[in-house]
Amino acid sequence: MTMSFAQLRAVYDRAPSAFDATGPQAARLATLGWTMIAIATVVFLVVMALLLVPVWRRRNAPRVDGPAEPVSERAWILYGGTAIPALILAGVFIVTLGAYDSAAPRPNGPPVTIEVIGHQWWWEVRYPGQHVLTANEIHLPVGRPVKVLLRSEDVIHSFWVPNLAGKTDAIPGVTNVAWLEADRPGVWRGTCAEYCGMQHAHMALSVVAQDDAAFARWTDSERAVSAPPADSGTLEGEQAFLQAQCVYCHTVRGTLAQGTVGPDLTHLASRLTLASGTLANNRGNLMGWIVNPDRLKPGTKMPAVPLSGPQLVAIVNYLESLK
Amino acid sequence: MAGPVERVDLAALATRLEESWHTPKTLYGRLTTVDHKTIGMRYLATAFVFLLLGGLQAGAMRAQLARPESHLLSPEAYDQLFSMHGTTMIFWYASPVLSGFSNYLVPLMLGARDMAFPRLNAFSYWTFLLSGLFIYSSALGGVMPHGGWFAYVPYTNAQYSPQLNMDFYALALLFLTISSTAGAINFIVTIFKTRCPGMSVSRMPLFMWSTLTTSVSMVFAMPALTAALIFLELDRRFGTHFYDPVRGGTPLLWQHLFWVFGHPWVYIVILPATGMASMIIPTFCRRPIVGHVYVALATVSTGIFGFGVWAHHMFATGMPALSTAFFSAASMGVSIPSGIQIFAWLATIWAARRHVLATPMLFMLGFICLFVIGGVSGVMTASVPFDWQATDTYFVVAHLHYVLIGINLFPVLAGFYFWLPKMTGRMLSERLGKWNFWVLFIGVNLTFFPMHVVGLRGMPRRVYTYPAGMGWDWLNLVESVGAVVTVVGIALFVVNVLWSLKRGVPARANPWGAATLEWATSSPPPEYNFTVIPTVSGREPLWEAHDALLGPADQEDVQATDPARAVGHATLHGAPRHEGAVVRLQEWRVLDEGKETLESTLLDADPQAVLRMPGDSLWPLVLSLALTGLFAALLFKSPLWTALAGVATLGSIAGWLWPTAATFPPRRAA
Repeated sequence: MTMSFAQLRAVYDRAPSAFDATGPQAARLATLGWTMIAIATVVFLVVMALLLVPVWRRRNAPRVDGPAEPVSERAWILYGGTAIPALILAGVFIVTLGAYDSAAPRPNGPPVTIEVIGHQWWWEVRYPGQHVLTANEIHLPVGRPVKVLLRSEDVIHSFWVPNLAGKTDAIPGVTNVAWLEADRPGVWRGTCAEYCGMQHAHMALSVVAQDDAAFARWTDSERAVSAPPADSGTLEGEQAFLQAQCVYCHTVRGTLAQGTVGPDLTHLASRLTLASGTLANNRGNLMGWIVNPDRLKPGTKMPAVPLSGPQLVAIVNYLESLK
Repeated sequence: MAGPVERVDLAALATRLEESWHTPKTLYGRLTTVDHKTIGMRYLATAFVFLLLGGLQAGAMRAQLARPESHLLSPEAYDQLFSMHGTTMIFWYASPVLSGFSNYLVPLMLGARDMAFPRLNAFSYWTFLLSGLFIYSSALGGVMPHGGWFAYVPYTNAQYSPQLNMDFYALALLFLTISSTAGAINFIVTIFKTRCPGMSVSRMPLFMWSTLTTSVSMVFAMPALTAALIFLELDRRFGTHFYDPVRGGTPLLWQHLFWVFGHPWVYIVILPATGMASMIIPTFCRRPIVGHVYVALATVSTGIFGFGVWAHHMFATGMPALSTAFFSAASMGVSIPSGIQIFAWLATIWAARRHVLATPMLFMLGFICLFVIGGVSGVMTASVPFDWQATDTYFVVAHLHYVLIGINLFPVLAGFYFWLPKMTGRMLSERLGKWNFWVLFIGVNLTFFPMHVVGLRGMPRRVYTYPAGMGWDWLNLVESVGAVVTVVGIALFVVNVLWSLKRGVPARANPWGAATLEWATSSPPPEYNFTVIPTVSGREPLWEAHDALLGPADQEDVQATDPARAVGHATLHGAPRHEGAVVRLQEWRVLDEGKETLESTLLDADPQAVLRMPGDSLWPLVLSLALTGLFAALLFKSPLWTALAGVATLGSIAGWLWPTAATFPPRRAA
């Protein structure tokens, strides 16, 4: 079990981080963050000095009789407590306003548009112009702003790829807009950031940034319906798949499987992860996931389907052929 | 009732007052008492038990999160634990513990003999206790609330949460709002109308300002929560569509209503604690606070500003940039009054006559440190674009715990070290207290500081587990180790209190050499608080009277808690020295013809009338129990029981208010 989880890290090029920016928006936000951290550190140190120096100097000093020494209320309250903080805050607010446009880059051309739809607990991904439908994985062309239309089919989710941009909520009944732009090729982890129920922890997605040519190849391949089984083993697997309960929830385009409850599986084998970023996509994990989804992701809507050993192997063979 | 000093026989007076005010220590007496001191201590003890419960839940969560992909807790168990942790800490600990201090201290600081409405006060406590038991009874069925303390719809609507979990949440909170509202009204009237002669508004202790601001905020914030919860129950139970986007509702309505209540509530759970700081810091700096008026103004304006910042919890919901910019500016602006308060304390410490680093003061230094960290991280999250990265991550978990632990728990512990000797008559151990402070301070920072980092490294909140190798593993381990240290820190406090109750050195009337009226009476105070109603002529009545009226033993700054050193002082305990310290000899108001306290004018506190105070009564408890029945009947959707409990509730109110000959005593001029 632990082994199957451990392979997950290898899927991504780098660990998620708001401060390890791989796109212009996150870079902007990281600069804003570092600026404020610097200001915050100075403020903290100055206040601590004001607090601790007098305590240290006069701790347990002898008693002083007579009235307390007068203090300049103007200096402490008006300047220290009001004017200086107000100036600092005004500065922070101006920097804040300056970073607003990181949310909406101005594309010089028609942007790539993606629809991302939150479900408990996976992400549906559509490329409306390109007839691409996939799940838990977004591909982007490097250097081009991508417009993400966010919706939810059930509860509130929040879409977050920390290395690329801040988060935007996916709210039922609302279509929100988020922008992503990668300035280099790579694979990063995105995640749901709004608590959405039992498997909120396992609702991640992979973001793959590619150069234009690779991106075009990917969309071409995703657009295609599944190829007919190439060998008898796969054919047997397809039959087993179509006869099992899998088809009530899943679609494999080009076959009779047209369920729409769960993710589209037409190109499952080409994806990097399984179960919404829970597991690396490999044969062992796929088998374990089908045998007992609830053990790997307790509460998942995917039921354990009763399958014989040979049926299971055949279905996994088939799914692994869905490149 | 008024007369020169020499005509008053203090011993006889005390006996007469004792007869009027005494509650027998029987079971019936304990159930019917309306003494604000008893009720205050019950609030404190009950809220502290809720703190321990919330802490246990947090401990379980930190055990689960110590390692990646851990299977200690199921996701459902984790969700219930984090929901109950937040709900418990915010609603049943952070606010009630401050109500406990206010309950105990407000009448004493005002020189009054009880709260304005003593029975309502008892009712507030019983309702607080029973609503807490109500929500915790959900544990018996394994259906504790699981939607987070913020309970966002649609996840909490019946479609996604069909069991009783969220009904427990909604009904228990509705139940609790009755207690909070009643308590808030009581504080407002008490502070406005029962101040002793001479305590004009400008001389009110700062703790009164913070309690007053908090209470007014509560009265205005609660209706939003009540409405949100009623809509939720209607959606869940009766198929209305307030939050249903498919039929014209919107889930964002819940968020707006909840945070319109929720953000003022943040100030409600910190302002009284800052008021406590403004009482404690000057005591140990041996000088009046710098900028008294500005601190009072800052307190009030924080309460007002607090109503204009709610949407900063919603920066990622897709609100228009103009709205978010407004709320961003307001959220940064609200830190200016906090800056004023902090600089008033810094100035007081800077210009101290001397520093007495007793345990309460140590907690105050820690409080300012944590306050500043929580404050600057708060300004960072108020910066909208940065908040897009920070919100819903562990960065916010770090921020809010620095705020709530820093500005609530640390002052509360300082308050316990400071005022518990007044309440129990026994000092806490200074040595254990210092250990308590340092262990807790280290534990809290070890637990929560790494959360800033892990949040910006992409770890979302409210996850029951996380994958290995994302750069979160060792930071989470450090946090869990910190949680263990924090638990030890809290345990040291509990040990100290238990030790003090058994072995603590008897406390003098004014063991810290503090300035306000609660220190003018014995420790613990008699049931009637003051033998005579004091008259004050300044903000620090005991310091003004210091030289003339306190004996040589009291000249020592701080009472020692080391038993060997304290022998000499112990004999002073209980001496009726309080009246001498405060009375300016012009007028003595003894108010000894029954349970009486003084009513005074709003601004100048000129004596206006004598208030006849109600005696002990079982009705507050009966009404609370009837309400418990009503909410339980609503929970189980039983029309019959709902009707019966409704009748019982109305009957209890009628019984409580039933006019008797004693209800309308003749009004007397003061």
